[in-house]
Amino acid sequence: MTTVNVIKPKARLSNSNILFLIAAVIFVLMYIFAIITFPASFMQFQTFFDLFNLNAPLIIMTLGLSIVMIGGGIDISVGSVCGLVTMACAVYLEHKMGSIGGAILIALGIGIVFGILQGYLIAYLEIQPFIITLSGLFLAQGLLTTLHKDPINVTMPAFVNLRDFDIVIAWLGAKNRLGVFIPCEIKPGTIIVVILLVILASLMKWSRFGRNVYAVGGNSNSAMMLGINVKRTVFITYVMSGLTAGIAGFVYIMTTGAGNVGNASGAEMKAIASAIIGGTLLNGGVGNLLGAPIGTLTLLVINELIRAAGVQSNFQAMVSGLMLYFFIVLQSLIMSLRDRTRIRFTLPPWLRLSEKAKSGNHRET
Amino acid sequence: MLSETILEMKDISKSFPGVKALDNVGFKLRKGEIHALMGENGAGKSTLIKVITGVYEKDSGFITLQGEPIHFKTPKEAQNKGIGTVYQEIMLCPNLTVAENMFIGRSHTPIVNWKQMNEKAAQLLKSLGIPASPIQELASCSLAVQQMIAIARAVDMDCKILILDEPTSSLDEDEVHKLFDLMRELKTRGVGIIFITHFLKQVYEISDRITVLRNGKFVGEYETSSFPQIELISKMLGNELEDITKIKKYEPIVSDTTIPVYEGIGLSSAAGVKPFDFSIQKGEVNGFAGLLGSGRSESVRAIFAADKVTGGGVRMKGKRVKIKTPLQAIRQGIGYLPEDRKDDGIIYDLSVRDNIILTLQVLKGFFKPFSLKQAEAFAKEYIEKLNIKTPTSNTPIKSLSGGNQQKVILARWLLTNPEYLILDEPTRGIDVGTKVEIQKLVIKLANNGMSLTFISSEIDEMLRTCSRLIVMKDREIVAELRGTELTEHDVMNVIAQGGKTI
Ligand SMILES: Nc1ncnc2c1ncn2[C@@H]1O[C@H](COP(=O)(O)OP(=O)(O)O)[C@@H](O)[C@H]1O
Ligand SMILES: [Mg+2]
Repeated sequence: MTTVNVIKPKARLSNSNILFLIAAVIFVLMYIFAIITFPASFMQFQTFFDLFNLNAPLIIMTLGLSIVMIGGGIDISVGSVCGLVTMACAVYLEHKMGSIGGAILIALGIGIVFGILQGYLIAYLEIQPFIITLSGLFLAQGLLTTLHKDPINVTMPAFVNLRDFDIVIAWLGAKNRLGVFIPCEIKPGTIIVVILLVILASLMKWSRFGRNVYAVGGNSNSAMMLGINVKRTVFITYVMSGLTAGIAGFVYIMTTGAGNVGNASGAEMKAIASAIIGGTLLNGGVGNLLGAPIGTLTLLVINELIRAAGVQSNFQAMVSGLMLYFFIVLQSLIMSLRDRTRIRFTLPPWLRLSEKAKSGNHRET
Repeated sequence: MLSETILEMKDISKSFPGVKALDNVGFKLRKGEIHALMGENGAGKSTLIKVITGVYEKDSGFITLQGEPIHFKTPKEAQNKGIGTVYQEIMLCPNLTVAENMFIGRSHTPIVNWKQMNEKAAQLLKSLGIPASPIQELASCSLAVQQMIAIARAVDMDCKILILDEPTSSLDEDEVHKLFDLMRELKTRGVGIIFITHFLKQVYEISDRITVLRNGKFVGEYETSSFPQIELISKMLGNELEDITKIKKYEPIVSDTTIPVYEGIGLSSAAGVKPFDFSIQKGEVNGFAGLLGSGRSESVRAIFAADKVTGGGVRMKGKRVKIKTPLQAIRQGIGYLPEDRKDDGIIYDLSVRDNIILTLQVLKGFFKPFSLKQAEAFAKEYIEKLNIKTPTSNTPIKSLSGGNQQKVILARWLLTNPEYLILDEPTRGIDVGTKVEIQKLVIKLANNGMSLTFISSEIDEMLRTCSRLIVMKDREIVAELRGTELTEHDVMNVIAQGGKTI
């Protein structure tokens, strides 16, 4: 029996790109809305730069975390590792042997060690990433409080100089109330964000490793059959997110100048939220690193808007939560519309309900 | 002339928990031959392939490649040694582009040269006539195209050995011909090809030699040209073969006054079938015939409300009822076995038992779960009744062969004891033995008073089981055929002419 089978080739937007595009459009719309409602602050370039200046560590963490998430994993230890790094650097810098170079090495070292440890356990011993990185979160927190309990203000002169260093953009700025022209300022952390963004986004797009991460996140079994070393790929994603958490820690202390037990606490949740809002699918294989800063900024602008509107701060958390719901539902909706399948929440295996319960909501027909 | 052996396997054994998938199997592949590997579902064909390519570790045995002993630990090693494989389940990444799927895991440079890769892919796609663009995401390609892409990847690898595990299951006739041309060309270049399929016709068209496996054991190796089809079937089935043509159909006494079990008037659905009337009598088996895309599946999906119903009314045994969701259909005693069991029917990680009781559980409500004992009793009953080959009722369904998975889904519906059961392509992609069993079962169920719709791409299967054939074209019913002397040729004629003759 013959069959009629007409297939027209058409290159539609990839899922990664469409989610990125949506994130970008939503961010731009929101920023325009912010400018219209609060022109006094949002019209200024400095406000925009400050989003980066003050939140560079979060963006950096989100970058590394996005790589892990694209590979189908999760890393909830990033916030605590970042906090641990700030305290370790502070303690070291206050020591008489301390140097900035040494502090950078400590930051990178702590990040990489956590990455290697967790990556090994997850990739090679195949333990649930959620469990492992949760343990990593506690471990880093414990180390942090063991290291030092009280806040340390770093007073080392060379470091203070670095902390206060600004890049001034003379031709961009605004007049203040007294009519004096204040130029825009960019912190070194912002530069690091941009450099990392370019490097990591290129890595994901143009390197063999980056494409392997997408393949593994898309279908790890297929990736294995296609000849990809799945374990090594997964391992490296965790090393990368450990490394970015370490860098984030250094940028953090470079911005605030102090080691503190509460540094970057809860940042992992913000990073996960940022990654999702930026278009990284929780169940892997889909995402674009350029979306990471956009996700972070979207989250921040919303919070800024709420603050500017003078609403209580507990609303910020609530609105962030609702945003997240909104994005996850939106993404699931788009995915199912595109694949013309029933709506299925796009959840990674480590987040699914038990097998039995899954069958219940999976299929009612 | 005896050409040299490139791949030889000796005494290969491989067990999975509860199943001895391969039991001292031998296999020999010569240079430049197309060697069909035949056997029922679950015979161990795919397992043998995966043992070669290093997906599974064999328990015992030897493999030599051009005289050298080999022992691959990962598919990558096999790939590097010139073994290109298309696995039964398409093993590609849906989120990558077509070009990436063809080249990923093969390059040795750390940088991806997109431009070059896309150009090479475009060439390859063009030379094989695959209607896909290199920059398209794989998920947006049809199953058939994905299959062709997997083949293109394997073929491009300059391989010495090409393994194709049921590559034709989702291809149409044209695509199969393209594939065969390609295989013939590779053959002249000296590539040894292992070819697995369920279509006997294809085996005789393309293969030089046939190796038959049964229940994980080696049955024999034969020259295709001197091996009659009937013998092949009997080797594959052992003594399970029975002459299906002797099965007696049950002809229900249908008169205009009998109230049909199911009657739909002016049914239409969001999937785009034109409004149609359809009814079925108690104990009747009917079929929907038509080309792929003619609306056969869409029609039965409208009956079951699997797609959004946009119009029409339904009577069950003369009483008006509302069927707008599948659950309502189930409650009215309608069962539906979907065409695509991979997407619609099976919950892979659940056990055979849980898959069997699923629909009944839905009917009962999830807050009133069956006791394990009761569930086990149900499962056992149907594993026995339908002869489902599974180590235990607790085995995850994903480790069963396709035919056995299909039986599990069938059991799920039989357990709810429907008055009207719709089977959409229940025999596709499964072995001959199970096909026969399912057809016999359909007739037996009808004899017991169930009404059934049985859809199959193989018209002779429908002619054997159905007393009435509804022919569809362009999403519309164009003819209704009855009569015991219908031949496949008659039906093809009606399909071709759109129902104008009868
Ligand atoms: N991963 C697995 N785990 C457990 N059992 C398996 C697995 N793969 C295959 N089997 C079992 O091994 C037998 C052979 O299966 P398979 O090689 O897929 O058969 P074929 O390809 O000939 O249809 C079947 O009984 C099947 O249930
Ligand atoms: Mg198989």
